Amino acid sequence: MTLNEIVQKLISKFPDNILDSNPEGVEPFIKVAPSDIFDIIKFLKEDPEIDLSFLNLITGVDWNQDNRIEVVYHLSSVAFQSHKLAIHAFLDRKAPRIPSICGLYGAANWHERETYDLLGVEFEGHPDMRRMLLPDDWEGHPLRKDYQFPEEYHGIKWA
Amino acid sequence: MSDSHNENSNKENLTNPMTKSANPNIPGERYGNQVILTTLNDFFSWAKASSIWPMQFGLACCAIEMMATAATGFDMDRFGAAVFRSSPRQSDLMIVAGTVTFKMGERIKRLYEQMPEPKYVLAMGGCAINGGPYSLYGYHVVKGVDRYIPVDIFVPGCPPRPEQLLEGIIKLQELIRQKELLKRESMIYDPKRNSPKTNQ
Ligand code: SF4
Repeated sequence: MTLNEIVQKLISKFPDNILDSNPEGVEPFIKVAPSDIFDIIKFLKEDPEIDLSFLNLITGVDWNQDNRIEVVYHLSSVAFQSHKLAIHAFLDRKAPRIPSICGLYGAANWHERETYDLLGVEFEGHPDMRRMLLPDDWEGHPLRKDYQFPEEYHGIKWA
Repeated sequence: MSDSHNENSNKENLTNPMTKSANPNIPGERYGNQVILTTLNDFFSWAKASSIWPMQFGLACCAIEMMATAATGFDMDRFGAAVFRSSPRQSDLMIVAGTVTFKMGERIKRLYEQMPEPKYVLAMGGCAINGGPYSLYGYHVVKGVDRYIPVDIFVPGCPPRPEQLLEGIIKLQELIRQKELLKRESMIYDPKRNSPKTNQ
């Protein structure tokens, strides 16, 4: 299947939830509604003709001015070398929440924890939603554009 | 008589170098190579400086250079300092090789406290000295490991070449030789000096 066909198949299956798509280009992507991310990724993973069974990474972008946070999933296929797709979902910046896909990919566990750690996105249904890299009592999420550097940490001055 | 006596004296000559043609009137020859005169202080510092056991841990890219220094090419063991110990209880020297984050800094302090006296710290690379490349924008990087523990030797570089680390070790050995037995610097170290609010 070409990426165009994959996107067409996806749109026929989820007509309301695919907001935008660009199967051409360097980084083919679709934009989806965050509430249905689990079903869409499940379909992409389990359909034998698409077989996006490999999760490359989950990351996020802070769109400070638009008041949105974007979560990006990069999927690819082991069986079909040309199948690769990035899935973008936009969340409200004040309380970013999105369903976890840990049930589909084991690798999602740490990626989601890291996205939570650095951007503050809550993944609903994640088995262990803690910070990944920073200490548990750290304040703020450093990859947010308006992040304030800490004055000190446990009595040790920052500057 | 003569045969057996000769054998005996031969054996004696082998086992006891004192009887072997030493001139008792010359002080250097009287005891052969058996006695070294020194002070207790010098003796202990010689022993300490010649068998430094570093702690086996590395924090970032500098650790790779530390491993290269310990490996055959540069052979840190020539200077008696490459028996890397996996336990702080067995080590004398902490080579802080790499970026110290706030999360790690507290663990480094704990490890330092677990090391027995005498103990020394060598801060390797810009990161351990003042945050290095992260000194301006690293929100999580401690700007110098000396905010947590006292540092004896700073080895600058990003990363320092193995030769630089070796020179740091040699400087540390000089430092150890200068220290007096009953006046150990680290015992009179005041942790409040660097970070006024540090307390466990
Ligand atoms: S000083 Fe340079 S080489 Fe050493 S840990 Fe820091 S960034 Fe890496």
